[in-house]
Amino acid sequence: MKIEVTNVTKRYADHLALNNVSLQVPEQSIYGLLGPNGAGKTTLIRILNQITGPDTGQVLIDGKPLSPQHVERIGYLPEERGLYKKMKVGEQAIYLAQLKGIEKPEATKRLKSWFDRFEIGDWWNKAVEELSKGMQQKVQFITTVIHEPDILIFDEPFSGFDPINANLLKESILELRDKGATILLSTHNMSSVEELCDSISLINKGEKILEGKVSDIKRQHHTSTHEIVVHAEDPQPIMALTDDFNLKIEDGDTQDTLKITFIGESPNTLLHKVMELGSLVSYHEILPSMNDIFIQEVQSKNRQS
Amino acid sequence: MNKIGLIIKREYFTRVKKRSFIIMTFLGPLLLAAVYIIPILLALHGDNEKRTIAVVDQSHWFERQFTNTENQTFVRLDDISIDSTKKLIQEGVYDIALFIPETQLNIPSSAMVYSMKQVPMSVEDHIRDVMKNEIQVQKLLASGVDPDILESIKTSINLSVIRMDEEGGEKETFTEVQFILGMILAILIYMFIMLFGGQVMQGVTEEKSSRIVEVIVSSVKPFQLMMGKIIGVSLVALTQFLMWVLLTGAIYIGFSAAVGISHPEAISAGTVMSQQISSSNIMDNEAVQNVLNIVHSIDFGTVIISFIVFFLLGYLLYATMFAAIGSIVENNTDSQQFTLPVTVPLIIAMLSAIYVVNDPDSSLAVWMSMIPFTSPVVMMVRIPFGIPIWQVVVSALILVGTFIGMTWVASKIYRTGILMYGKKLSYKEIFKWLKY
Repeated sequence: MKIEVTNVTKRYADHLALNNVSLQVPEQSIYGLLGPNGAGKTTLIRILNQITGPDTGQVLIDGKPLSPQHVERIGYLPEERGLYKKMKVGEQAIYLAQLKGIEKPEATKRLKSWFDRFEIGDWWNKAVEELSKGMQQKVQFITTVIHEPDILIFDEPFSGFDPINANLLKESILELRDKGATILLSTHNMSSVEELCDSISLINKGEKILEGKVSDIKRQHHTSTHEIVVHAEDPQPIMALTDDFNLKIEDGDTQDTLKITFIGESPNTLLHKVMELGSLVSYHEILPSMNDIFIQEVQSKNRQS
Repeated sequence: MNKIGLIIKREYFTRVKKRSFIIMTFLGPLLLAAVYIIPILLALHGDNEKRTIAVVDQSHWFERQFTNTENQTFVRLDDISIDSTKKLIQEGVYDIALFIPETQLNIPSSAMVYSMKQVPMSVEDHIRDVMKNEIQVQKLLASGVDPDILESIKTSINLSVIRMDEEGGEKETFTEVQFILGMILAILIYMFIMLFGGQVMQGVTEEKSSRIVEVIVSSVKPFQLMMGKIIGVSLVALTQFLMWVLLTGAIYIGFSAAVGISHPEAISAGTVMSQQISSSNIMDNEAVQNVLNIVHSIDFGTVIISFIVFFLLGYLLYATMFAAIGSIVENNTDSQQFTLPVTVPLIIAMLSAIYVVNDPDSSLAVWMSMIPFTSPVVMMVRIPFGIPIWQVVVSALILVGTFIGMTWVASKIYRTGILMYGKKLSYKEIFKWLKY
């Protein structure tokens, strides 16, 4: 399902949480919702979940205004999440599934298979308070996806997971997208954004400051920095190019290699010269990481205001 | 299944499965039954020990006054010294010795009782009564009053209070019983509202502090979650109440059958015994008959139904307020400053119940039973006295109206409060939420 947020504004007593924000989340994609703490991400997510309503603007799901009937089509894993401590794990998972409109026998069947996949099947009859934090997170993830929603909203899904389980989670998220879900991912973990997200938007102080496909954004933020690694037994001729091309040259990682950093629109001329003097090992353009883009965009915006 | 139904179901079953609920459910009637049954048991298998009591009266004032009773044989001993008296007790010739020392001019007003064992209260009381009576008689004689005159002025008034209605019907009323019943009902309703209202508050705070609430409100509306909890807990309260009524009845009937006595006897035995403890006056058959009349004069159907109605309405009103409080605090220790203003009206109602019970038709009583925050408690005090039905209906309707208004206010506070963390809240801030 496609999500369109149009001109949404939400004001609380003492501050403007969202200021005329519009977003387009394409169908069957993973969309990263990024921004510093207090940017308004949680408010936007709560509006999508109909926990709160916008002051102005609207949200369209497949072109239709967001309405209570969409609740069962959305799965939400909030950042501030927990479970009833005294309740048994299985019982609780069934209860949460029932609240999303799944009948008990069907919920039990689906839960059992998810529990096996996440290797927590033995914990079905244990009280939640006996579980480790990581296991509780698994249960929460399962209860979020159990009703096979078309829209999934994950707020910091990886917090509290070890690398192995974080990977399991990533695989599950990608699989859910491939099966057709539209996924909104809010996180500060930029490496997972690079790995998972198809497109992102960056929100700062209640305003959207950046939106687009991850690959496009990276391209737009390119700094014309190129890295060339070359094998040359005699480094001197190459070193001589430093001043002409304004290069930075270091020793490469392996013997008799040089790592050349070049800033400029086209590396073609340089590459020709270098190839005459040695054999090319690798060439690539250095694109900024999402982390760099995040910091750069937010800081420049804050400097302006 | 309907979502609010699911919430009610969860709230209900997690609570009734708790050990504390089960213990309370069974312990309550047992305690209540104990209050009834122990005096009856004592009366039936009470103090049957035979005692011989030596009376050494050196003053010679009381010699003739001690007459034998069923369990007590009094033996008059001629003048022997206090030491010989003690010796007789040590040797076990007598169980108890009463030693009244000689006096010069006045009637003695003190005496010693010696025994190797603890002297029963009833024996002490008996001795004291005999001596007191005799002293009074002697004093009257000394001032020239004939003891027969004294006897003739001892009068007991049997006052039958009859309440009439417009149709000319008459019904005898028993103020003491209505008094006690009214107070018991008021305490019970106060206890239930505080106890189960408190459970709602704790439940809300628990959901907030365990951070499950955001998951749930993405599936159901905050209002549904709040009402589901309030209704679920109210069903727990009703279950407890009905279990108490049933179990108390069952214990009572079971006990009566076990000791092989019919109800009136059991009641009278219990009453007689408790009367003896308090004043050592023994009730006669007329009194027993009175107790039965009183029990029959109370319309238990009306009392139970109005208890349920006023408990439910009062509980709903307070539970919505407690839910709102639960939503604005993050743990139960923070709730003090907010619970106080809510519980004050209930405490005022409890305090005024003492006045209301003395004059259930005074204007204070009528007003307090109409004001919605005090009416559940005060109305329950008045109902055993029999009050006009329109007052009950009006009071109930006012409660319903206030409950609806309070639900609106509470749900506004609740839906903002449950998602608000790490912020010290003032009343001013909370007031703003009403406008969201």
